[in-house]
Amino acid sequence: MRVALFLTCVNDTLYPDTGRAVVRLLTRLGVEVDFPAAQTCCGQAHYNTGYRHEAEPLARHFAEVFGEYEAIVTPSGSCGAMVRELYPRMGERARAEGRGSTLAATVAPVVPKTYELTEFLVDVLGVTDVGACYPHTVTYHPTCHGLRALGLGDRPLKLLRAVKGLELVELPGAEECCGFGGTFAVKNADVSAAMGTDKVRNAESTGAEVLCAADNSCLMHIGGTMSRLRVGMRPVHIAEILASTEEGAAV
Amino acid sequence: MSSRERILGRVRRALADVPRDDTPYDRAVPRDYLREHGERSTEETVALLAENLADYRAVVHRCADAELPELLARLLAGRGSRSVLVPPGLPPHWLAAVDATRVPDRAGSTPHELDRVDSVITGCAVAIAETGTIVLDGGPDQGRRRITLIPDHHICVVRVPGQVVSSVPRALRRLDPARPLTWISGPSATSDIELDRVEGVHGPRTLEVVLVD
Amino acid sequence: MSGTYLGMPAFPQAARDAVRDRRLRGNLRHATHTIRAKRAKAVTEVSDWAELREAGRRIKDHTLRHLDRYLVQVEEAVTAAGGTVHWAADADEANRIVTALVKETGESEVVKVKSMATQEIGLNEALEAEGIRAYETDLAELIVQLGKDRPSHILVPAIHRNRGEIRDIFRAEMSEWGRPAPEGLTDTPAELAEAARLHLREKFLRAKVGVSGANFVVAETGTLVVVESEGNGRMCLTLPETLISVVGIEKIVPTWRDLEVFLQTLPRSSTAERMNPYTSMWTGTTDEDGPRTFHLVLLDNGRTDTLADEVGRQALRCIRCSACLNVCPVYERAGGHAYGSVYPGPIGAILSPQLRGTGSDIDASLPYASSLCGACYEVCPVAIDIPEVLVHLRERVVQGGPATRRGNKVLLKPARGHAAERAAMRAAQWAFAHPGLLRTGQRLASRTRRFHPRTLPGPGRAWTGSRDLPAVPAEPFRDWWQRTRGGEDGAE
Repeated sequence: MRVALFLTCVNDTLYPDTGRAVVRLLTRLGVEVDFPAAQTCCGQAHYNTGYRHEAEPLARHFAEVFGEYEAIVTPSGSCGAMVRELYPRMGERARAEGRGSTLAATVAPVVPKTYELTEFLVDVLGVTDVGACYPHTVTYHPTCHGLRALGLGDRPLKLLRAVKGLELVELPGAEECCGFGGTFAVKNADVSAAMGTDKVRNAESTGAEVLCAADNSCLMHIGGTMSRLRVGMRPVHIAEILASTEEGAAV
Repeated sequence: MSSRERILGRVRRALADVPRDDTPYDRAVPRDYLREHGERSTEETVALLAENLADYRAVVHRCADAELPELLARLLAGRGSRSVLVPPGLPPHWLAAVDATRVPDRAGSTPHELDRVDSVITGCAVAIAETGTIVLDGGPDQGRRRITLIPDHHICVVRVPGQVVSSVPRALRRLDPARPLTWISGPSATSDIELDRVEGVHGPRTLEVVLVD
Repeated sequence: MSGTYLGMPAFPQAARDAVRDRRLRGNLRHATHTIRAKRAKAVTEVSDWAELREAGRRIKDHTLRHLDRYLVQVEEAVTAAGGTVHWAADADEANRIVTALVKETGESEVVKVKSMATQEIGLNEALEAEGIRAYETDLAELIVQLGKDRPSHILVPAIHRNRGEIRDIFRAEMSEWGRPAPEGLTDTPAELAEAARLHLREKFLRAKVGVSGANFVVAETGTLVVVESEGNGRMCLTLPETLISVVGIEKIVPTWRDLEVFLQTLPRSSTAERMNPYTSMWTGTTDEDGPRTFHLVLLDNGRTDTLADEVGRQALRCIRCSACLNVCPVYERAGGHAYGSVYPGPIGAILSPQLRGTGSDIDASLPYASSLCGACYEVCPVAIDIPEVLVHLRERVVQGGPATRRGNKVLLKPARGHAAERAAMRAAQWAFAHPGLLRTGQRLASRTRRFHPRTLPGPGRAWTGSRDLPAVPAEPFRDWWQRTRGGEDGAE
């Protein structure tokens, strides 16, 4: 199976380790991975901040870049939700505004074949034990768009439970937002910081070494808060845990 | 232009996108929710009513019809009630053993007069098991709305199983919207202090429900 | 209350003070977490919650899509049942109507059931200006009124107060309004409720005029429904000789049967009860039972403008349960006052800027008062997609465009203060359309990474004020991919 890695602009620029982990993991599972170099940004930040019209060219660009692949896999719940949930809505809105069905038709092919990583592993590949080994205590934060928009459910937890050596501990208030929210983090910095602090304190209370999530944007906020509060925990993307083996840790 | 015409005009302009042949009401609303939750025998439904009434701090009693006069007398005496409000159509034999002064439900009574009465006894229109609710519709054995509001002690007699339904949908079918309706689920309560429930505010602080077979 | 909110600072400034108020944070956290768990349990009890939610959504949507017809039907049914129907296009008109109706009775005081609509229009202040005193009788409203405070929650307006504060308010203020607080009043909720009972009873017993809102108005029968807990509603709805109900035009449901949906979803969503203690339903007037005179004031006040927006109109489905407030992490930390409206929380953030327009600082900032986490949408019993409407309103703020104000179509200009952001978004869009440009930027960031500061100046301070920046990697992923094509590169 040949799939395209939709890494996201944030991961490409700031978290290349996550991208490498996804490549290593999928390759290990027999999947042929390609990284279309023309990919840029899905337009989520534009859309969510009120710049829907500026997001439209990015959606069209996405559809052009990824249109030919069998499946598109992304290690980001929120960018996955952008494609799956909001691209169709953008098409509908354009239609309602009397601009025809072109946008809807352009994005339609990529919508159903875009998968968040854990979804792709569990639903498409049908695996929960990916042969990983990660001898650490880990707590899992389900990010909001993965949880509520994509409905990832317990897929990430199933994957983590099957990792050798990994001790999974429950995060109190797990389903509460960490306070990132894209531009919310700077537009409402005080509330965002308060939410982030509470999330970090909850994570700290578990005694885990690692806080794991399936979205680096949220981890950037949580990790930045952890380091500012001098909490001795590491934020780690789930891909990096699942890519780790006894031979080599991904991180 | 009157405000009526102004508002209706605004509404019609606002709905310019709604097609003339929009889905009609009976097809616009799916009714695939349940008519009642779970299957229960009649006796189980009555038991559920008792359980849910008690859960919201109503005091529940159960007796045979012949035992009702004695029970009502005992409940009033137990509270030391010296006067009791009586709706016009309350079956007379219910009060056969009661010593307390009977105060009839009159149109001319003032709220202050009603405030001096200790208790009130009524029947009900229907009772809902799933929610622990009794509904009054101002029928002859229930009287005016205010008589079950001002006294601090309300005894409501429910005839089982005839007056008991399982669910809210089943109750609505039995009720006449033209009548003034009061749905009562336990004594008055408030969650206004720290979102914590406290029973007993303005309505009767004690609600006793007698289930009569 | 409307006047109180004029000149409110934008949400972020108002929220900053709340976030730093430890007692407020504690009160809100305690209350919202208590009710969250209970609501979840109450909802799990009914196996057909999803179907009830969908039916509720569809009933409300259908009604809104044919509101003109249902409004006329309500008018006919209420009139036929002995009531009088008035129409109020805005707050001022509604206040004038109610004031005139009270004056006709010759009374100088009214008792009020908690009503969002009358708070929205500032009825109490309007009555006060005409020499009429309005007594709030809901416990939380009483706390707010006695404390000369503003409501901060739809269901529990005094949620920002803990029991100790409430005791202090009762002790200090009750005597100003009537019967003083009992001697030795403690802060146990039962004693506080008893104090309210005694204080308000004399007002209920002498009241000649009651003012209420309504949770539902049934078009086919003309029946009004008020859902409550304390019995103050029953007092106001049945003891006075005259009853005036001020009701938003979106409160209509077509048929009697529709109540079977909302009477199951509303109590579970709001107070997390199977059923609230008291629900009153009345149709016009009844001979010798309850008020002899009944007036229904149908209120627009921005609702038709909201209705005109195809995306935003879903906000009018709201049944005011407040589940979205209780579950919202932003509300929990910012508190209700920061929203500058009688409608706080997620629903307020989409309702206020539609009812009032996005012209003021506070209204233009409300669509951003959310991390878009979606918890509000998840719990909403009528499935209002609050995040969708928030984003839609953000677009209206930054890009302007067509809207309806007071029934007129207008073309809004983009709001002030977003010019730099707009330029940045356009620049980013342009860069993202050119992958080569993105790569150049990434490489530049990587090469200069040793010189990156840990804290940023200017707008960047909003990030680094509380969070460290991530370290920029030695090379972006795309360079690694170009070098290795995904193979191992020995660097690990």
